[in-house]
Amino acid sequence: MITFLLRRTGLAVVILVIVAILLFLMMHMIPGDPTVVALGPRSTPEMREAFRQMMGLDRPFIEQLGLFLARLAHGDLGQDVWSRRPVLTMILEVLPYTATLALASFLWAVTLGVLLGCIAVVHHGKWGDWLIGLVSIAFVAVPSFVVALYSLLVFAVWLNWLPAIGAGEPGDLAAQLRSLILPSFAIGLGWVGYVSRLIRAAMIEAMGEDYVRTLRAYGVAERRITYRYALKQALLAVLPVIAIGFGGLLTGSVFAEIVFTRPGLGKMTYDAVMSRNFPVVMGTVLVTSGLYVACMIIADAVTAVLDPRVRSTL
Amino acid sequence: MTAPVLDLRGLSVNYGGVFPAVIGVDLAVRPGEIVGIIGESGSGKSTLAHAALGLLPKVARVSGDRFMLAGNDMLTADRKTLASLRGPAAAMIFQNPMTAFSPVHTLGRQLRDLLWRDRHQTKAQKRERIVKALRDVGIPDPAGKLDAYPFQLSGGMLQRVAIAATLLMRPSLLIADEPTTALDVTMEAQILHLMRTLRDEAGVAILVISHHLGMIAEICDRVAVMYAGRIIEEGPVEAIFRSPGHPYTQALLDCEPALILPGIGRLPVIAGEVPRPGGRGCDFAGRCRHAEERCRCGAAPWQALRADPGHHARCHRSAS
Amino acid sequence: MATDVASIPAPPIAGEPGIPRRMALTFVEVVSHPLGAIGVLLVALIVLTALMAPVIVPYNPTAISVKERLADPSLTHLLGTDQLGRDLLSRVIVGTRTAMTVALTSLAVALAIALPLGMIAGYGPRWLDALFILLFDSISSLPMIMLGLAVVVLLGPGVSTVILVIVLYSVPSYARLVRTQTLSLKTRDFIKAEQAMNAGTMRILFRHVLPNVVGPLLILACLDISTVITLEAGLSFLGLGVKPQIPSWGNILSDGFSVIRNSPVPVIAGGVPLILATIGFTFFGEALRDALDPRLNPERKP
Repeated sequence: MITFLLRRTGLAVVILVIVAILLFLMMHMIPGDPTVVALGPRSTPEMREAFRQMMGLDRPFIEQLGLFLARLAHGDLGQDVWSRRPVLTMILEVLPYTATLALASFLWAVTLGVLLGCIAVVHHGKWGDWLIGLVSIAFVAVPSFVVALYSLLVFAVWLNWLPAIGAGEPGDLAAQLRSLILPSFAIGLGWVGYVSRLIRAAMIEAMGEDYVRTLRAYGVAERRITYRYALKQALLAVLPVIAIGFGGLLTGSVFAEIVFTRPGLGKMTYDAVMSRNFPVVMGTVLVTSGLYVACMIIADAVTAVLDPRVRSTL
Repeated sequence: MTAPVLDLRGLSVNYGGVFPAVIGVDLAVRPGEIVGIIGESGSGKSTLAHAALGLLPKVARVSGDRFMLAGNDMLTADRKTLASLRGPAAAMIFQNPMTAFSPVHTLGRQLRDLLWRDRHQTKAQKRERIVKALRDVGIPDPAGKLDAYPFQLSGGMLQRVAIAATLLMRPSLLIADEPTTALDVTMEAQILHLMRTLRDEAGVAILVISHHLGMIAEICDRVAVMYAGRIIEEGPVEAIFRSPGHPYTQALLDCEPALILPGIGRLPVIAGEVPRPGGRGCDFAGRCRHAEERCRCGAAPWQALRADPGHHARCHRSAS
Repeated sequence: MATDVASIPAPPIAGEPGIPRRMALTFVEVVSHPLGAIGVLLVALIVLTALMAPVIVPYNPTAISVKERLADPSLTHLLGTDQLGRDLLSRVIVGTRTAMTVALTSLAVALAIALPLGMIAGYGPRWLDALFILLFDSISSLPMIMLGLAVVVLLGPGVSTVILVIVLYSVPSYARLVRTQTLSLKTRDFIKAEQAMNAGTMRILFRHVLPNVVGPLLILACLDISTVITLEAGLSFLGLGVKPQIPSWGNILSDGFSVIRNSPVPVIAGGVPLILATIGFTFFGEALRDALDPRLNPERKP
């Protein structure tokens, strides 16, 4: 188990290093002064000079790369070129908002998705199943930012039920929860469709297994077979996919955070892009892909812990 | 004489109203009796077994003069009644014990779920019963196996667990579909012994479905031979193996590896395939060495063979 | 025993019944499924709109008319106007053309890059394959929208940036598919026979591997169109995609978002076609995949 996780983590680190190198190369591949490329034509000479210092731009290329990676290895993601604050600190400040949002979307996705999937299985082959299938694909297809815009329009502007902006005052839990509903729904909806399709397929496969025949042959009620046996097997099969999806939810927050003017990783990245604040963008991109890769490892670990077959092989 | 546990008279099963799978089957299984059904794949024996459990797919239509299971009329029963009969009236063990249990639930959990009807019993009482049943079928450390997952046990052990489940349930009829095919020879002997014990001590009637003649000869009291949806021969096990009344049974016996004389150059085979059930004339006529004109024109009547009481066959030749 | 190499049949490069007939059969199968029928209808609507855009626009989509700003839908302006008084229907129609142009161009570029990369990975030496896979994995682990933002911050917004982002995002998955197909073809007898005859690598790749890879690849690309349209609209919505003066669904939404409290019309006018397009292409792609190659469905074995 330990070696397995170590191996996965090792691979993850390699992937992250490659991502960092890619970002680094991207900055250099674009013709022109890298400081202007990274900071935009409106940046002041002092800012450019600071950036040059930070990245070691006057040294040879390989040395720059080494310097860059060495900094990353120490957890130093550089500084905001405008405020001079460490990027890591800024990220850690907003990460809880995004994590909460992702968690809420995750809850939508799993509860609604599993529910729809189960309903589809119970009505397998009838119109209910067909309808849920259609709706699920539609959910997957519709862009999350359009869902965000329309739910904002309906529930915040027209009905005025839920707040349109912000994340709620710190300490005011009710307001925080209320402001979480719409954005998390917007991000989660696509995953609702995805999870429902996965659960449906996995449950139908499970219902065809021999052991279901055994249970039936002993008169175990169909309902019990569906929810205690097929659903458990389906959840185990779908869980890794959903866990990886959690990584996607963390980054899918960009649009929801902008539409609902919430603080968070996505909003911060967007603001940094608009102000040509390259170190911040680089930092958030690295952190989000790190989180994404971490979710993949967690997915494996969770399966390993929950699935008795996998557990025994470790 | 006690009433049969399973009593079929003229039972037919049809898929989608077009494809007959079982045609006019007469069969009775009495308490404490072990009856074997032999036949090639596609002969309708599995359909018959699933019909007895009320587990046919929705497209299947069952008809006949009589279809009684443990005193219940299966022809008029609705799905709910059928479900309530599975377990107490009839249960089934399957060919592959490795896939017969959920891979992600413990055995204890699954056996407890089979006992869901006994609501008045506490968890501890059920646990005690399960441990006892597992011990009775000869599983070492039965209490420890409750927390085990199926993949941690061997196939033979799992088939024992399946029999333990029957022991717990005490159905009137147990249907065993190729119960030993997936097991090695020593395991097979032990499982057959367990099945016999089940019959002797719990009075369970057993219907064994197999194409493994050695096993059938070993365990059964009576044998029915199925071919293309019909029972073409039925009788006491010794009579069938000693003097088969139907050329098809004879051909089956000729093909049984255990019965083939050493030194025979070529292994015997039955040429051709099982035809679709429901043809005119004798279904075996196309593959039969002795086929005559009358075999192709009309089906032979069901007639008693004089040598042994209770031995019947469906062949023109055995009549004369 | 001499095996006659020439007698080992190559797999059918295109179907025996003739390509047009096979396409017709596929079409019938796609349409016979309700999902496919809806998809085909929507896709046809969108493609036709895109093609006919210059002919059917009622107004100049960029003509500003301050007097008519934020007009509700009426007979003169079927979908109303935005905050600069530009006719929304015209903007939506031209936006359709923008969406399709960007999507098809970027997918074509992505396919053109992914095909050789995948074939090299699958057919070339092991170490190169490992390197490519690692590279693909790394890019895939970059969240798509973050990748987009990183590219935009360096290159600045614009159509070419959007296309580059889409290409970067889709090349890994396409190349991976090509690689797997190539790997499985490599061990097949007809390729081995060619190798035994010392056929050039190029000949083998182009005559045998390519035709077998194109089909699944196109299905995958078809399933991707809606993602690509979403990405373009999303970047434009953020103000990082096509230039604000060019009509695009994302730009309409972006403009509409800023006046959402005054009028819901622009947001609805820009969002509905986007929803119809993504749903249409997804339905169509799913039906096409089920008709041609159900093995590509990832949900078959989760």
